[in-house]
Amino acid sequence: MAVTAEEFEEDNPRSVLDSVVIRFAGDSGDGMQLTGNQFTLATALAGNDLATFPDFPAEIRAPVGTTFGVSAFQINFGASGIRTSGDMLDVLVAMNPAALKVNADDLRVGGLAIVDTGSFSKRNLDKAGYAENPLTDGSLEKYKVLEIDMSRLTRESVKELGLSAKDGLRCKNMWSLGLIYWMFGRKRKPTVDWLKTKFKKLPVIADANIAALNAGHAFGETAEMPAEVTAYTIPPADIQPGLYRTVTGAEAIAWGLVAGSQLAELEMVFCSYPITPASSVLHYLANMNEYGVLTFQAEDEISAACAAIGVSYGGSLGVTSSSGPGVALKTEAIGLAISVELPLVVVNSQRAGPSTGLPTKTEQSDLYQAVYGRNADSPIAVLASRSPGDCFDTAVEAVRLATKYMTPVMLLTDGYMANASEPWLIPDFETYEPFPAKFRDDPEDFHPYLRDPDSLGRVWVKPGTPGLEHRVGGIEKSYDSGHISYDPANHQKMTDVRAAKIDGIANDIPLQEVEQGEETGRVAVIGWGSTYGPISRAVSVLRDEGEKVSHIHLRHIHPFPRNLGDLLKGFDKVIVPEMNTGQLVTILRSEFLVAAEGLNKVTGQPFKIAEIETAIRARLED
Amino acid sequence: MNVVTPPSELTPKDFTTDQEVRWCPGCGDYAILKSVRSTLAELGVQPHNTVFVSGIGCAARFPYYMETYGFHTIHGRAPAVATGLKIANPELDIWVISGDGDSLSIGGNHLLHVLRRNVDLQFLLFNNEIYGLTKGQYSPTSHPGTRSPSTPMGSVDRPVSAASFALGCGSRFVARSIDTLQKHMPTVLKRAHQHKGASFVEIFQNCIVYNDGTFNRFTDREVASDNQIDVVHGEPLIFGKERDKGLRVRPGSMELEVVTIGQNGISTDDILVHDETNRILATMLVAMDPPAFPVAIGVIYCDPADSYVDAVRAKTAPLGNTVGKSDINALLRKGHTWNIE
Repeated sequence: MAVTAEEFEEDNPRSVLDSVVIRFAGDSGDGMQLTGNQFTLATALAGNDLATFPDFPAEIRAPVGTTFGVSAFQINFGASGIRTSGDMLDVLVAMNPAALKVNADDLRVGGLAIVDTGSFSKRNLDKAGYAENPLTDGSLEKYKVLEIDMSRLTRESVKELGLSAKDGLRCKNMWSLGLIYWMFGRKRKPTVDWLKTKFKKLPVIADANIAALNAGHAFGETAEMPAEVTAYTIPPADIQPGLYRTVTGAEAIAWGLVAGSQLAELEMVFCSYPITPASSVLHYLANMNEYGVLTFQAEDEISAACAAIGVSYGGSLGVTSSSGPGVALKTEAIGLAISVELPLVVVNSQRAGPSTGLPTKTEQSDLYQAVYGRNADSPIAVLASRSPGDCFDTAVEAVRLATKYMTPVMLLTDGYMANASEPWLIPDFETYEPFPAKFRDDPEDFHPYLRDPDSLGRVWVKPGTPGLEHRVGGIEKSYDSGHISYDPANHQKMTDVRAAKIDGIANDIPLQEVEQGEETGRVAVIGWGSTYGPISRAVSVLRDEGEKVSHIHLRHIHPFPRNLGDLLKGFDKVIVPEMNTGQLVTILRSEFLVAAEGLNKVTGQPFKIAEIETAIRARLED
Repeated sequence: MNVVTPPSELTPKDFTTDQEVRWCPGCGDYAILKSVRSTLAELGVQPHNTVFVSGIGCAARFPYYMETYGFHTIHGRAPAVATGLKIANPELDIWVISGDGDSLSIGGNHLLHVLRRNVDLQFLLFNNEIYGLTKGQYSPTSHPGTRSPSTPMGSVDRPVSAASFALGCGSRFVARSIDTLQKHMPTVLKRAHQHKGASFVEIFQNCIVYNDGTFNRFTDREVASDNQIDVVHGEPLIFGKERDKGLRVRPGSMELEVVTIGQNGISTDDILVHDETNRILATMLVAMDPPAFPVAIGVIYCDPADSYVDAVRAKTAPLGNTVGKSDINALLRKGHTWNIE
C-alpha cells in the first residue's frame, strides 16, 4: 500500500488568514504533545512565525478519560510577528469529552471545535462530568462543531496492516494531524520522515501512523465538509532572514551552558536532582558528554548544589538546576559559594505555588527567592531569560558572570519557557567573545582571598597546584590573609566587599534598552521572563494606535542595569506585569522610589495579550 | 602547571600549618591529627595533591591544621562536595573528615551515597558519641540514657552503629581505630589510603569535656586487651591479655561466641581466621560490644570494587578542553533547520 505523502493538486482556492490559534487536546496517552510538536515543525517549515504552549498534567498516566488527565498543546502561527501562544482558540481539536470539557471555554465564539465522536460514549461523558452529551444538548451552539468519528476512521485506515484494535486506535492523533495539515496546507513529508525514524524498529507501526496521517488528510480533501469548514492558507511571515530551528527553553539552557563553558575554557559538571519542570535540562546534558560535559544525578537537591561547589572548587564549572522547592533546599550551599567565592550557576525553572504547588504550571514567583532568599547579607547575580531562544544567551551570560566574579548566579526560567518551543534564528557562535577563566599558579605573595582589582573576583586556584596549598571555608576570613577571622571590622569589610563585587557587575553589563517605544512617555511596561511575548504584543497594538507606551524587558535583575532608575523616571506611569503577586514591582519601588504598579496573575497560565492591553489602556485613560 | 618533585623526606611538620590548633586541651582530635600527619609523611604523598574536606563540628576544623588543600564546608555535606571535587579532578587524593553528628545525623544521606557510589576517597568519622561544638547535646551514636543539655532525663532513642551503617550502605572498606592507639591508627589509615574506592574509618575519639570516658569499657588500660580485638586478614581472631581468647561461630547457630583456648577442648585451630573480604563476618564483627564481646578494630572489611568516578569516566568521552566554537555551531545546527531568505 502507498504510504507516502505526495503533493496534491487542489480544486478549490484556499481562504487566506493572517494568524490562527490551534489547540490539540486529548488524554495524556493520546500523544497530543507529539502531535503539537509535529505541527510546529511543519508550520515553521512553511515559513510562518509561531509560538507554542504545551500544557500537560502532573500525572504521568492519569486515569483514561478524566478531566485531570487532559494534555494539550497550543500553537499560534501566522504571517506577522507572533509573540505568544495566543489568547483565544480559533480551532480546538478534542479527542474525547474530557478534552472538550476542559478546553471549550477557551474557544472563541464562532471558533471551530473538531471532536472525535467515536470517543463520546456514555462512559466517557460520565468520566468527563457531562450529564448530557454536549454535542446534542445545544451547549456548543456558539461554536462551529465538526463531528467526525475519528476513532472508526483511524481503525479503518490501518485495517490492512493487521494491528491490534488498541494499537490501531493509537494512530488517532496522526489522523487528526493529517486533517489539520490539510486544513492549513502543511506538508506531510517531514512528519512521515520523522515517523519512519522514530519507528525504525517497528516498521508496521510507522506504516500505520503514516496511513492514518494520510487518511486524515484525504478525508479533508474529499469529505463533504460543512459549508463553513474550509481549507486555509497562511502566508509566510516576514521573518528576519537566516538559518532557523525550533528550540525549547530547556534545550537552549543546556546548549547555552555548554557554550558558556567553551567560552570560559572550562569543563562543566552539571549536578542535579530530578524535579518537574527542570529535569529536561539534565536529560539534554546527559547526552552531551562529547562537548566536555559530565552530569551527576545527586541523591538530593542539597547534594547537587554541594557537588557543583566541589566541582568549581576543583577548577571546573559547577552548575546545578532545579525548580523553586529544590532551590530552597540548595540555599545554604549557595551561601557557602558566596562565602568561599566560587563560581556556581543555579538554574531555576520556576513552577507555580508554594510547596508542591502546581508542578507543571508556570509562574514567576521565585524572584524574591533569587534576589533575597538566603540567610544573612548574601548577594548574588540574578538573570532571567525571556523566551526559549533567549535561554541560550542568558545561560552564556550566567557562566561569564559566575566565572569572572567568582559568585553564584541564579538564572531564572519557568516551566512555560522550558517546555515551549519557538523558531530560533541560530546564532553564529564564532562571533561570541571568549572569556577564559584564569587560574592562579604563582605562589609569590599568594593568599586565597586576593582579588582582581577591577572585578573584585577572588583568585581561583586549582587544588593540585604546587605551592598554593590553602584552606577555604564558610567561616568569615580575613580580607588580608584568608585566614579565619572573627574581627568585627573585618566582617564589615568582607560583607561590604561581597556586596560591592556584585553591585559592580552593573558596570559590566549593557545599559537597559527600550524594546519598543521612546525612552520617555506616558506609560512604561516593564517585565522580566516569559511575559515578554504578551507584553511585547500588547504594547505594539497600542503603539499602532499611536499611544505613547514603551516596553522595557529586563535580563539582569540583580544588579539592575545602571540606567534603569533614570529610565523609569522618564515615564508618567510604570506597569509591571508579573505571574506572581508583585515581586519585581516591589524591588523596583524599593530600589528607585518609583510609583510602579503591579499587574499580577497566578493562574498557572501565561498572560493573555488582551489582559495586558486592557491594563495599559486603563492607565492611559487615567 | 609547575612540576614539583616532592621533597624526598617528608616529615609531619611538612603537613602542619601555621594556624593555632583550637581544640580543647586533652581532646582526642589532637592524637588523630598527629597520626594523620605522620601517616601522610610516611606515605610521602604530595601536599599539593591532597585535599581535606570537612563539614561542621569539632572534627571539621581539621583541614585548617593540614598544610594541604582544604575545604571546610557546611554541616553534613562534605561527602557531596568531595564527590563533585573528585568528579572534576580524579587525580586528587581526598580525605573527608567528619563526626558522628555531621555524618550520621544531618549528613546521613550523603554518607550513605558516597559509600554506595564508592567514590575514591578516605572518610574518617571521629565518633565521640556527643555534639561537642554545640556544647554537649546527645548524638545519634550516644548510648541510651545519655544525660545532656537536650536530654536532662537521659536519652531514650537507640544509637546507630557507624560501622554497621557503612556496611549496610555497601561500603567496600570498613575499618576502625581508637584515638589513643598511635601505632595502630597509622596502619589503618595507610590501608584506607591504599584502598581504591570509598574507605570508611570510624575512629573512637574521646570528648574530654562533654563525654569523657564513654569508651572506657574497651579503652581503659585494665580492660583494653580483653575488650578489644585487632582483626588482621588471614590471622586467627585471638585477643586477651593472655592471648587465650578467640572468636568462633557457635556450633549450630549463626552467631559468634568467645571461647578460651585450652578450655573445653578448644585449640587454636578452632578459632575463626579473619577474612576481610567476607561481608557477613564483617557484619558480625562490627556488632560486637563489651561485656559479651570485644570491640573489633583494624581493617574489618575490604573488598574492592570499581570506584564511581573511574566508572563514570570510563563510560564517557575523555573530557578536556577540546571543544571548539565550530563544535558548538554544529551542535546548534543538529536536527531540523530551515532557511528564511
